[in-house]
Amino acid sequence: MTQLQGIAASSGIAIAKVYRLEAPDLSFSKKDIELPEQEVKRLHDALDTSKSELEKIKEHTRKSLGDEHAEIFSAHLLVLSDPELIQPIEDKIKSENVNAEAALSETANMFIDMFKGMDNEYMRERAADIQDVTKRVMAHLLGVTFPDPALINEEVVIVADDLTPSDTAQLNKQFVKGFTTDIGGRTSHSAIMARSLEIPAVVGTKNITSQAGKDTMIIVDGINGDVIVDPSDDQINQYKQKQEDFEKQKEEWAKLKDEATVTSEGEHVELVANIGTPDDVEGVLNNGGEGVGLYRTEFLYMGKSQLPTEEEQFDAYSSVLKQMGDKPVVVRTLDIGGDKELDYLDLPEEMNPFLGYRAIRLCLERDDIFRVQLRALLRASVHGNLKIMFPMIATLEEFRQAKAILEEERTNLKNEGQDVSNDIEVGMMVEIPATAVIARQFAKEVDFFSIGTNDLIQYTMAADRMNERVSYLYQPYNPAILNLVNNVIEAAHAEGKWAGMCGEMAGDEIAIPILLGLGLDEFSMSATSILPARTQIRDLSKKELASYKDEILSMGTAEEVVAFVKEKTQMK
Amino acid sequence: MVEVTFKITSSDGVHARPATVLVQNAGKYESDINLHYKEKSVNLKSIMGIMSLGIPADAEVKITAEGSDEQEAIDHLETTMKNEGLGE
Repeated sequence: MTQLQGIAASSGIAIAKVYRLEAPDLSFSKKDIELPEQEVKRLHDALDTSKSELEKIKEHTRKSLGDEHAEIFSAHLLVLSDPELIQPIEDKIKSENVNAEAALSETANMFIDMFKGMDNEYMRERAADIQDVTKRVMAHLLGVTFPDPALINEEVVIVADDLTPSDTAQLNKQFVKGFTTDIGGRTSHSAIMARSLEIPAVVGTKNITSQAGKDTMIIVDGINGDVIVDPSDDQINQYKQKQEDFEKQKEEWAKLKDEATVTSEGEHVELVANIGTPDDVEGVLNNGGEGVGLYRTEFLYMGKSQLPTEEEQFDAYSSVLKQMGDKPVVVRTLDIGGDKELDYLDLPEEMNPFLGYRAIRLCLERDDIFRVQLRALLRASVHGNLKIMFPMIATLEEFRQAKAILEEERTNLKNEGQDVSNDIEVGMMVEIPATAVIARQFAKEVDFFSIGTNDLIQYTMAADRMNERVSYLYQPYNPAILNLVNNVIEAAHAEGKWAGMCGEMAGDEIAIPILLGLGLDEFSMSATSILPARTQIRDLSKKELASYKDEILSMGTAEEVVAFVKEKTQMK
Repeated sequence: MVEVTFKITSSDGVHARPATVLVQNAGKYESDINLHYKEKSVNLKSIMGIMSLGIPADAEVKITAEGSDEQEAIDHLETTMKNEGLGE
């Protein structure tokens, strides 16, 4: 038995024999040739055969997955007729008197390296496309069979270094129960296609191809990202159970995808999702999210050599807003510093980074950075239902200052003739206990609160959540936390505002009944938690839970709270 | 030689799908057709050439055509740019 961890790319459990999808041997030797005309003809024959195969794959994909997925093969076909690719290959054959294989490989590699070197994930993925098509041509030049996953006719799990778009498109769901690869990420073609086909997949395991031999049993857990090669009978039974449970759950959840989130007495609360990039929106919609409750904008700033431009940010924000339509999107302005560093900002090292120069504290001082983000957000606001919130607010002055800068930029944009929405709600994160304590005063000036529990808990309990020795103090159900949360919700409601929560706690099955009882309006969680939470909420009575409020808030320990909630909701 | 200038309005810049249609349509003409962006210019019949430019939103690009059917080509591509929501 060997267990590997990869990236869960498409959820579900697959248990079957290994099918090794091996790339054919495409090695060749560079040869001098005497009749260049003949080599050019061989090249064109190989190109033509490849094109007619791709036409077939495209048609197959169009039928099984729809036009959008078939589009990629239109691009592949264009690559095969691209004069900028074909001409240099022909020239090379003629001027250097080399065989078509060498000319093709050298020319294609030049393009592949160029695309791989680009500072843009999208372009890097395109390198894989060029590789995919040139391999097919190479196989035809060499006269070797190109693997054809469409021919699989028994239940298998595909194990491969990587799956090309054409491999994935040919997968027959009836027989291919799942796949796992060495490389790839959540946004690679194979991962996206796996989700559309609803085939469980774990990608990026690094070395599954060296661990899983042909015909060995294998389990692919696309929920947690685990892959088990040669499992024991116990493990197989355990995963069969998990598979059955997952299928049943999925059926139950799917029924609720387009339903409103209502309690047993029909009262609506909002279930929204936390996202980090525009690519995450697809998952939000597929899981029936009613909006985005926390768009973490840090990813735009991380992993780069310089600050993102206004245009780059505008593109990302508009993309999210457009995809979400009229559903609300709460964007949190830059929360950098603390444990999230940006090399190019050259921030001084601090003794207590979590208590130091970060988030709004940094943005108010470096308003050159802050203003660029606000301008991008304001410009994007016309594309959807935007709400803006500031992170790590400690004082009312900070909130006022941040809001004033926002208003200045709004005026600037209007003077430049740019359109800006007039209905942007402006709120704040409640992470610092000081703001929860005087939430009443804040509620008069903000449009909404969003409680960030991860930080609120660590600041309230004075316990670093990275420090394992004090991890017992990370207590979401501690009455101290619940009283602060209650204070924030009551303050919001007293001023006719709304209160949401965007930490881990909002999707937690024990916290949900408590929060419902306290009157929380919006729950923001990871997309995959939405349908389970919606299912849970339908069986809960808000009225009943609200009647326990005083009792829970006056309890002494987290244990008491948990035991009480479990008893009242008949949780196992 | 004829030419036409566009401002890219698609918020994603010039990406795979619209680029594909543009290249397909350019391929229908005899004329030499090029796309110019900043100081670079690429063959508009080449999908890899177009994508290698990584043209962002709001960029100014110029399309030129030279040859026997240059006017038809440029008219068709102008319509394509607009229909694909690429530029104006």
